[in-house]
Amino acid sequence: MSQNKADTNASIQQPSSAKPGGTELSVAERALIDHEISLVPYRKAAVIEALKIVQQNRRWVSDESLDAIARYLDMNAAEVDSVATFYNLIFRRPVGRHVMLLCDSVSCYIMGCTELYRSLQQRLGIEFGHTTSDNRFTLLPNCCLGCCDHAPALMIDDDLYRDVKPMELEGILKHYE
Amino acid sequence: MNSQAGMETPLTQYIKGNGASLGLKEYEAIGGYTALKKVLQSMTPAELQQLVMDSKLKGRGGAGFSTGTKWSLVPMGPEAPKRKYLIANADEMEPGTFKDRLLLEGNPHQLIEGMILAAYAIQADISYIFLRWAYRSAAVLLKKCLEEAYAAGYLGQHIAGSDYKLELYLHTGVGRYICGEETALLNALEGKRATPRAKPPFPQISGLFGKPTIVNNVETLSCIPHIVNNGATWFRNLSSSEDSGTKIYGVSGKVRNPGAWELPMGTTIRELLEEHAGGMLPGYQLKGILPGGASTDFLTGDHLDIKMDFAAVAAAGSRLGTGTMIVMDDKTCPVGMVHNLQHFFAQESCGWCTPCREGIPWVEKILWSIEQGAGRKEDLELLDMHTKFLGPGNTFCALAPGAMEPLQSALKYFRPEFEKHIEQKKCPYANHTH
Repeated sequence: MSQNKADTNASIQQPSSAKPGGTELSVAERALIDHEISLVPYRKAAVIEALKIVQQNRRWVSDESLDAIARYLDMNAAEVDSVATFYNLIFRRPVGRHVMLLCDSVSCYIMGCTELYRSLQQRLGIEFGHTTSDNRFTLLPNCCLGCCDHAPALMIDDDLYRDVKPMELEGILKHYE
Repeated sequence: MNSQAGMETPLTQYIKGNGASLGLKEYEAIGGYTALKKVLQSMTPAELQQLVMDSKLKGRGGAGFSTGTKWSLVPMGPEAPKRKYLIANADEMEPGTFKDRLLLEGNPHQLIEGMILAAYAIQADISYIFLRWAYRSAAVLLKKCLEEAYAAGYLGQHIAGSDYKLELYLHTGVGRYICGEETALLNALEGKRATPRAKPPFPQISGLFGKPTIVNNVETLSCIPHIVNNGATWFRNLSSSEDSGTKIYGVSGKVRNPGAWELPMGTTIRELLEEHAGGMLPGYQLKGILPGGASTDFLTGDHLDIKMDFAAVAAAGSRLGTGTMIVMDDKTCPVGMVHNLQHFFAQESCGWCTPCREGIPWVEKILWSIEQGAGRKEDLELLDMHTKFLGPGNTFCALAPGAMEPLQSALKYFRPEFEKHIEQKKCPYANHTH
């Protein structure tokens, strides 16, 4: 967990509606988590929802955020982290302003996702798992996005792109600053 | 959405196909929620269970287990636990599979009605849709449709004026293939790591939060309103084989017209490939087929007349799985493709049991070294050994045995290709080297 601190980038770590440093959950975060708790038989069953709520608000889950969730749900931090690190889309390191998920499963492999990845590497100067130095993009591999009849596919934030050709990347990327 | 003239396509006939979704009013105008009203007014849970049993509906998520039988294992009657759960498995993540997305985005109310009916049949009082994170537009649509269904009195207290009550929640996952395994899905819903559970106890007895639970696939649940409206005999007669109903088949890969089509269960591979998918793209030959997703055995051009139903595909040495086939062409390296599959399974192994956690990454590394020209002759024996050690009975759940299916069949049908890589110390295919 110490590596997260080393990776911390002040410009994106700052939670929008929490206290500076993000050591406590904000009123809004607590309200959303309380609603999730009301739907399950015991507090800690809401932990995945709590992680999603905090990540939605703060873009990633820092050690401090994780501790705050643990305290709020009467769990220990290691227990929360074991859940957080299990799931692909809970980010325990800072991510860029836009998260790009490139499908690397079999239909996209057949239809050319490897070429797409090469092209993205060249354009962004990063490999899977990394964030551009200007914090614009984090590039991650993702398993099957479920649009195999329109392979290869990628997602940027909530937007799905299908039948993507390397030459189209420039036009797609310019929508995300 | 394509369908053949004269053939019934109950699940998809009203899906507009341009990305538009049916709202409540449109769904009601085509007979939506009449099955729910009919059941609540005139059928007992036992009668509905019997109807689905008689329809011979089998689960469309991949395993093909009888839906009626699955439901019949839930404790019923005054002695049964008051709290029971019905869950729609919408965690579609099997590589090559894109059929549930079509139903979720095209006709969400059909799923919701199917879920209320299934919940009534087992007398569940809480229901969840477990939706994968990546299906963003489906999440927005389902949220809107759930609000509509509550406002119309199809959910909540006194559904359609009856004494039956049900709450239905949308849960979006945070990514992991294993969440599609029904007991792993239950752990994910409980806020835990999504490792599979030991069975027994089966979820029907002790599922979500220890209560009786049914988990059904989206396509399976979407069939239920139509079975209620048209009867078990009608549903059985939709099919051209032993297995009843229609099936949403899909084809992806280097074909002219990749897509998904609702067709009679038992449509042949040839019809799917040649008529619906339009044959191979110019310049490409068919080399192999994964008939039902990443975790099914390869079939070849010799199997084109096999019917795509549970029994016939099994008799040919593979599995129907999700019914969405992936076509391997002659310019795609079989070693590279199987490596891609094993990379996926290694990454998605939950890590709970040792053979899967350690074995699949080893398989992936061996395949990578062969693909890179560093393979040794004895590597093929090592791979053969793994297909047995990671096969059924040696691992905690079906993930690793599923991973071994495309590997064992690739070693059977495309062994000369593996040998060529080793002899030439390179991949003979120009494309797809990482």
